[in-house]
Amino acid sequence: MDFNDTPEESKFRAEARSWLEASAKPRKGSDDIFSMFSERDDGELVQAAKAWQAKKADGGWACITWPKAFGGRGGMPMQSVIWGQEESKFNVPPNIFAIGIGMAGPTIMTHGSKEQKDRYLPPMLRGAEIWCQLFSEPGAGSDLAGLKTRAEKDGDMWVINGQKVWTSGAHYSDFGILVTRTNFDSPKHKGITYFIVDMKSPGIEVRPIKQISGGANFNEVFFTDVRIPDANRMGGVDKGWGVALTTLMNERFTIGGGMGMGSGFGFEDLIALAKRSSWGEGTAYQDPAIRQRLADLYVRSKGLQYTGYRAITALSKGGIPGPEASGGKLVFSQMLQDMAALALELQGPSGSLTDKSVVLQDAIWQEAFQWAPGLRIAGGTDEVLRNIIGERVLGLPGDIRVDKTVPFKSIPSSGDAS
Amino acid sequence: MNFDFSQDQKLLQKSAQTLLKEQSSLAQVRKVMEAGEPYDRALWKHIAEAGWLGSTIPEQYGGNGFGSLELVLLAEELGASLACVPFSSSVYFAIEALLLAGSEEQKKKYLPDLASGKTIGCFAMAEGLGSPSPGALKATVTEGKLTGAKTPVVDGEIAHLAVVVAQGAKGSALFLVGLEGPGVKRKRLESMDLTRPQAAVAFDAAPAELLGSEKDGPALIAELLNRAAVPLAFEQLGGAVRCQKMALEYAKSRYAFGRPIGSFQAIKHKIVDMLVISDLARSNCYYAAWALENKTDLPIAAATARIAATEAFEFCSRENIQTHGGIGFTWEADPHLFFKRSKLLALWLGSPPLWRERLLAALEQKYVA
Repeated sequence: MDFNDTPEESKFRAEARSWLEASAKPRKGSDDIFSMFSERDDGELVQAAKAWQAKKADGGWACITWPKAFGGRGGMPMQSVIWGQEESKFNVPPNIFAIGIGMAGPTIMTHGSKEQKDRYLPPMLRGAEIWCQLFSEPGAGSDLAGLKTRAEKDGDMWVINGQKVWTSGAHYSDFGILVTRTNFDSPKHKGITYFIVDMKSPGIEVRPIKQISGGANFNEVFFTDVRIPDANRMGGVDKGWGVALTTLMNERFTIGGGMGMGSGFGFEDLIALAKRSSWGEGTAYQDPAIRQRLADLYVRSKGLQYTGYRAITALSKGGIPGPEASGGKLVFSQMLQDMAALALELQGPSGSLTDKSVVLQDAIWQEAFQWAPGLRIAGGTDEVLRNIIGERVLGLPGDIRVDKTVPFKSIPSSGDAS
Repeated sequence: MNFDFSQDQKLLQKSAQTLLKEQSSLAQVRKVMEAGEPYDRALWKHIAEAGWLGSTIPEQYGGNGFGSLELVLLAEELGASLACVPFSSSVYFAIEALLLAGSEEQKKKYLPDLASGKTIGCFAMAEGLGSPSPGALKATVTEGKLTGAKTPVVDGEIAHLAVVVAQGAKGSALFLVGLEGPGVKRKRLESMDLTRPQAAVAFDAAPAELLGSEKDGPALIAELLNRAAVPLAFEQLGGAVRCQKMALEYAKSRYAFGRPIGSFQAIKHKIVDMLVISDLARSNCYYAAWALENKTDLPIAAATARIAATEAFEFCSRENIQTHGGIGFTWEADPHLFFKRSKLLALWLGSPPLWRERLLAALEQKYVA
């Protein structure tokens, strides 16, 4: 057991740091510490993010763990963690490529044809093309396999009609990964087909959804007679569920695993806040009740960080990300919610303001407070994640299902009762 | 970075599992407990022969010179099995105090018999209700004689040698006191966890030897508590995981409403929460083990591991009873054994709120320094 860098790791770290020093400015104070949740996704920011990703690609830092054959560095998971640690010390644009690089990319590598790999992976890696995920529907969220967006074959094309929802970044994405229903007579998991769709296709309409935070970086996406070539299908007809599971597992790893690995996420900012908040005769930092809560949050954030390290160690020894990654996301999103709640309390009556002229740290905690409820829902709700861990990790029996073996068209759905 | 134990260390853990499965089943734990025995003498002999007691003792003092990483794995298994032995008292406190602060002469005199199990050690700090800081304790050593009352002392009834926190000429310090000599009276106290008896130990001018220098007293006491907290956290971790597994097994085999209760989300999600909290505690424990072995960042790492492991064991032992339903509340079922052990370990080194305060103080020191 060793927490220090091995000689190879420390050489890699030095190399990463020296490239970053030559290519970016160091991060100051609380510059963009929550940039991953940022609402600020205007065109300028997208351009800056693309430019940074291309610069990383030129330097060989764009996708550390991707195989060299696809333009990656062919590095170890641990190197990816080291890169993340070093990059977080610099003020760089937010990463808007996670759905592509973290989810669509690995899915294409696993299930895509050679043509698909050659066409889509290189520009994905460079950030030249941005991806979105077209999975959830108004009637199919946690129960994703209940999706109804229809795909019908017409010669060597497919015609898509239906609606997707909660699609982050659809408005600036070039491509989407799309799951559709191609068979309404089979049981629900056996009539799904998976496609890559060009977001510029005629018949696609993107409408922003205003979130509780007031921002709008996810969308409804409507499909009206959208035509997709059969060459854009991944996996067999009616066999898309297995492909979707690959995406979902990588999603949990991207959200949960990725987030736990920063060093003591936001904790130092929380301490700084407690020290600056007047509290009775002193500061909030001196209040024993506050100190107890700070200690608990520190313990939880470290537990999460070190659990990430254990996962990375297992990966380095040849393991693959399993359903265990769900635990990281489960803990992280609740912890963020608790941290943000405390941070607001620390600011007293001003905690309910978002006015940056009054609140500290650029109102990041107010932003986090309003984001955290969404994080507990996106990419698998807390409840669905517990089912996954309970059933796939612990081997507990599934709930009794009334929808698994019957034809999809005979399953009752929300609209039926009215 | 390599955040895992080595193959050799895992083999050692495996052999510990085997030994404890054979020699310290829950049926055996119950037998010792219900006979009112202060500890399992046969098991003590087995683990002494296996060399566990000397894990951290260098060879020249009769140990096998393994190290902290080996010790914590043994601790995890001892915690999981609820072994009725004074291992923690002897190894994490008495041996550790000697290694930390003992003179060459003291090490030579005491360590070999502690390593062989002939001498049993214990740790005496608390003085009745509450958790005062060492400086506020009343027991006092004057001219080499200790006077005062220590309550409770885990394994105080059977130990031959105590590491005592008391006031010396220059403030609080660690002292070694023979418990079989003059001026010592002890009596077993009634307690919840009958697998690990506790005693009241009264000293009346009992001969006491200083450990380390007087002026370093407070620092040595803090260091000893931090060092002991790490293997204790592994015992708690072992207990937490065992409870989670018991609950899981029961939820798979117990049927209600025509199906295993583990198919209901109310139970399934509870057991997942037990797994998640134990797994986070495991990660914090691993870091603390590394910190202990490498003598770096120990105050923060030890407090973090202790807080996490305490929370995990308390949660899992409580919810294990809940998962079992009515049978879980009976004497004949095993969950209560863990429930009570969990509370003993949570309180032994001072309650969780004190450790949270220790943690913040340590963080402050690290970031200011």
